[in-house]
Amino acid sequence: MKFLTALFAGVLFGAGLLFSGMTDPANVLGFLDLFGAWRPQLALVMAGAVCVTAPAFLYVRRRGQDARGKPVALPDRRRIDAPLIAGAALFGIGWGLIGICPGPGIVLLSTGSGIAFVFMGAVIAGMAVLPLVRRAPPG
Amino acid sequence: MAGGALIGVGSATLLLLNGRIAGVSGILGNVIRTTPGEQGWRIAFLIGLIIPALIFGAGSPLMPADWRWAGASGLLVGFGTALGSGCTSGHGVCGLANLSVRSLMATLVFMGSAMITVFVVRHSVAT
Repeated sequence: MKFLTALFAGVLFGAGLLFSGMTDPANVLGFLDLFGAWRPQLALVMAGAVCVTAPAFLYVRRRGQDARGKPVALPDRRRIDAPLIAGAALFGIGWGLIGICPGPGIVLLSTGSGIAFVFMGAVIAGMAVLPLVRRAPPG
Repeated sequence: MAGGALIGVGSATLLLLNGRIAGVSGILGNVIRTTPGEQGWRIAFLIGLIIPALIFGAGSPLMPADWRWAGASGLLVGFGTALGSGCTSGHGVCGLANLSVRSLMATLVFMGSAMITVFVVRHSVAT
């Protein structure tokens, strides 16, 4: 059952990315390009997504469990530390280079484009590198 | 806007019916990190992401011409989202919807650094 609901959620999410234009880097870069021909539409996409998701979080936060009655541990909402800031800054640089973030990157694999596979391969490699860097002795 | 609402319905569905947060980088990262029994729903979600594009096509997205840019971008995106515990979906959609100050800070930082990067690439290097 949990596979089916996750698959269903993925289909909805993927359809949203596709129909909102998030999967076309031209739209994303246009949104990020404040000093060019700015295309603000993606701000509305994010606002729409946040507004629809917020009541679900309110429900889960208040009850401490999901709609199935199973306990849910939500992430920390307060801690702001160096890994958060450094990670977000590096992610933003990568996102700004070509206008693809992880969700759209996965959707774009559907095109069979070699570039999309190089991108997602590099994303996985970048994720795999982190524990090695963390484990390395300082200095 | 309608597409954004659909993204919201997808993340609300995963939260309410699976008790999980629809952060794509976290889900992908945990497919390679986690114990075998916990991978199934994650793989199902990621497969679901692609299905609409397989049915309707992905249009004609503007892909970077050079695979080296794609590789460099991917490494930064992968490393950065792992270090910062989230991407556009995890911090930008779910975190903000959860009224998380932590995610708000992450979203401001990655939006800011992405805008600066686009500015440098488009307005000070390329032209």
